[in-house]
Amino acid sequence: MTLPIASIAPTGQSGVVVRANTVKRILTNPMGIIAVVILTIMAVVAIFADAIAPFGENFANIAKTLAAPDAVNLLGTDSAGRDTFSRLVFGTRITLLSAILCAAVAIAIGLPAGLIGGYYAGKFDSVANWVTNVLMALPGIIVLLTIRAAFGPSVWVSMIAFGILISPGYFRLTRTAVRSVRNELYVDAARVSGLSDSRIIARHIFSVVRAPIIIQTAMVCGVAISIQSGLEFLGLGDPTTATWGVMLSEGFKNVYLTPTLLLWPGLAIGLAIGALVLLGNAVRDALEDAETIKPVKKNVEADAPARESRESRKTPAAVAAGTEHHLLRVNHLGVGYPQADGSIKKVVDDVSFHVDRGEVLGIVGESGSGKSQTAFSILGLLPDNARIVAGSIQFDGKYTVAPGDDTVVQSRLTPLRGARISYIPQEPMSNLDPAFTIGSQLVAPMVKVLGISKKEATARALKLLADVGIVTPTRTFAAYPHEVSGGMAQRVLIAGAISCEPDLIIADEPTTALDVTVQAEVLDLLRDLQQRLGVGVILVTHNFGVVADLCDRVVVMKNGRLVEEGPVREILRTPRDPYTITLLSSMLEDKEPMTMLVSSAKGSASA
Amino acid sequence: MIDSAAPTLLSVNDLIVEYPGKGFRAKPFRALTDINISIAAGETLGLVGESGSGKTTLGRAVLGLAPVTKGTITFEGDDISHASRRERQRLSRHLQVVFQDPYTSLNPAMQVGDILAEPLGIQGIGQKASRVRVKELLDQVGLPGDAIGRLPREFSGGQRQRVAIARALALSPKLIVCDEPVSALDLTTQARVLDLFLQIQRDTGVSYLFVSHDLDVVRHISHRVAVMYRGEIVEQGPAAVVTSEPEHPYTQRLLLASPVPDPDRQEVRRANRLRLVETQREQDVQAGVAV
Repeated sequence: MTLPIASIAPTGQSGVVVRANTVKRILTNPMGIIAVVILTIMAVVAIFADAIAPFGENFANIAKTLAAPDAVNLLGTDSAGRDTFSRLVFGTRITLLSAILCAAVAIAIGLPAGLIGGYYAGKFDSVANWVTNVLMALPGIIVLLTIRAAFGPSVWVSMIAFGILISPGYFRLTRTAVRSVRNELYVDAARVSGLSDSRIIARHIFSVVRAPIIIQTAMVCGVAISIQSGLEFLGLGDPTTATWGVMLSEGFKNVYLTPTLLLWPGLAIGLAIGALVLLGNAVRDALEDAETIKPVKKNVEADAPARESRESRKTPAAVAAGTEHHLLRVNHLGVGYPQADGSIKKVVDDVSFHVDRGEVLGIVGESGSGKSQTAFSILGLLPDNARIVAGSIQFDGKYTVAPGDDTVVQSRLTPLRGARISYIPQEPMSNLDPAFTIGSQLVAPMVKVLGISKKEATARALKLLADVGIVTPTRTFAAYPHEVSGGMAQRVLIAGAISCEPDLIIADEPTTALDVTVQAEVLDLLRDLQQRLGVGVILVTHNFGVVADLCDRVVVMKNGRLVEEGPVREILRTPRDPYTITLLSSMLEDKEPMTMLVSSAKGSASA
Repeated sequence: MIDSAAPTLLSVNDLIVEYPGKGFRAKPFRALTDINISIAAGETLGLVGESGSGKTTLGRAVLGLAPVTKGTITFEGDDISHASRRERQRLSRHLQVVFQDPYTSLNPAMQVGDILAEPLGIQGIGQKASRVRVKELLDQVGLPGDAIGRLPREFSGGQRQRVAIARALALSPKLIVCDEPVSALDLTTQARVLDLFLQIQRDTGVSYLFVSHDLDVVRHISHRVAVMYRGEIVEQGPAAVVTSEPEHPYTQRLLLASPVPDPDRQEVRRANRLRLVETQREQDVQAGVAV
């Protein structure tokens, strides 16, 4: 692979797209170019076989059997005095054609069946699946032998039969791909537009299947060649046609007299199959990297100034005097991701704030503002390739990220995480393991972190569940995550977050995935717990209503930078930064209905 | 405000939508019960409710994407509850859709120009005319003209939603079903897209069936509002009335649950909400409903 690692997060779309530059990608890939060259040469040989071969495929010179290579017979002759080179050339034609025939039969059956079965589901799909299962259960070689016995030794018949036998591969591939896009909204949009089913399949669905089909076909052709050659090697081929398999079989009979007779067809088979496999891999690589997009704008700042400022900020490992009393202090933090060209793309840049005990700090910003990245650096849960490019983080008077640290030092954070810093995620459902009961997921961390017995932990967990407003703690304790609602799951996670009596809770959009009535209840719970336990809370959110409900102080972030910080009333009532003003003016509450929002705010907003 | 004499464009009467149950002889799942709504020309009906309330299903039933078990959907006087694909094709000129997720509602393999030209092609509009129209549409939704040759993945969420809106506008429809069209967008982007919806309505007189879970959004964009709860419409009326003095207990809870961006007003609202919830619980207890 010569391509740089994709630098942009997945775009949230399923399906791979075949585009013009795919061809270019295949040709710039060394594996791809080798495969394409070999296959092109073989194709040319096959097409112009009549012109290239000096003799007919079955022309026998009985006077010259098993001859060594000379000027007339470039690769010598076989036991019947036939020219090995000519037979090899004609063999290329038949072998390639039969491989294509096999793949074509398999596609002709599997692709339409997969498209119809995947798109309409229903009875056709059930029947097709049943047939598929039967075909897959059949012992292929025995079927092929039977067919040879019934229809005689024809390459074409056996390849058609083999094509039918492997068509389930195409069926399953297509069906899975189609099912994954059948309920995509763009298919719905096409239906609303009145597109007929056949046109929806042709325009919108087929494009998704195209790429995997191409890859599969390269592989199938390789398999077809090996199966066909194998059958012929066993002597089941048609001895009157020159194919690589027949030549192999022929050579094997004379292996003690002229071993080279075995070499040439063997080499040809190996090359062809190898080239097809390489081609399949190259196509796959080219398509899988197709989503790489160059970051056009945003945050592509030179990292030189960052490094400079970092040199100048070298401080000893003790925290700055007068700041020990802060529960958490983030000081000029910068987080970045190394790019393929050696630069670092900063996602958090020069962010400073602090949280005291018993205080709720809101971090507000839109997507891409770096608010979650900031939260994750505090938790030490950044991806492995993330770099702390500047600044420090201290928790309770000790550095978790000291100035000059390149990455988060896990040995400093592991004892804190879960025990003293806990986390409430955005998606309650995806943060509970569906394979374990809620109770066991609450008990396990307590046993580990607090070192208490399982029985004690169970008693505690039941009390916690009652504390977070769950009416039936024992039933919820025994339930699996799928048996509770989203709001209930979030209560469970909050119970988990407070279970080890932390000093700081980081809540990352804790109510975004919930209905607004449930959100209100969860906010009530968070406020109540925060006041009762006196913990510090960092609330990451995009919703100023949630901020107004819970927070004491607010920081506003934009594009990785902190644009404004202050007490909640000040920020919400008299914001100074133009971006904060734009954000607040985008709120719909208290706006005159049916009026323009952004246009009316134009005077004061520069963003 | 909308002239009350404006002709009715869409009316839904006693609509029931049921999905077949899973398993042999299973009871069908009833997604919508006895729905009655109507939309006049140039009017926006906001449909608000929580997840699972059936608001999206109602939008899909109007579009012919959900099975109508009973009741009628009438569009411009024609019953379209069981319209065939051919009738749908004729209907698509007047009835369009904008979906919630701008990431999956555009085919990733098609260029923006082709996406916009598709509905035009179905209606038999020639390539040349359709190219002119696509340029017009991009201009109307505030996208640059060079967007034609680009793929959806090259655009941000807000821009993609503009493409989806342009696709809906392509045939100058009379009604657009908007299924949570701003829910996946950032706050400032949401404001700009809402402005676009309002501007388009002013310019073209299109009607919207605007589905959203956010009461603030619905209040901002709708003339009338219908509130859905567990597959039923529990309240509907003029937007100003429903969103400020709701009658149904659920709407009252919904209104007070949405937090306001000011700590002191939010404190008042929170207290009001807790009082309301308490009163409703007492009423339920008195009415003998198990809590």
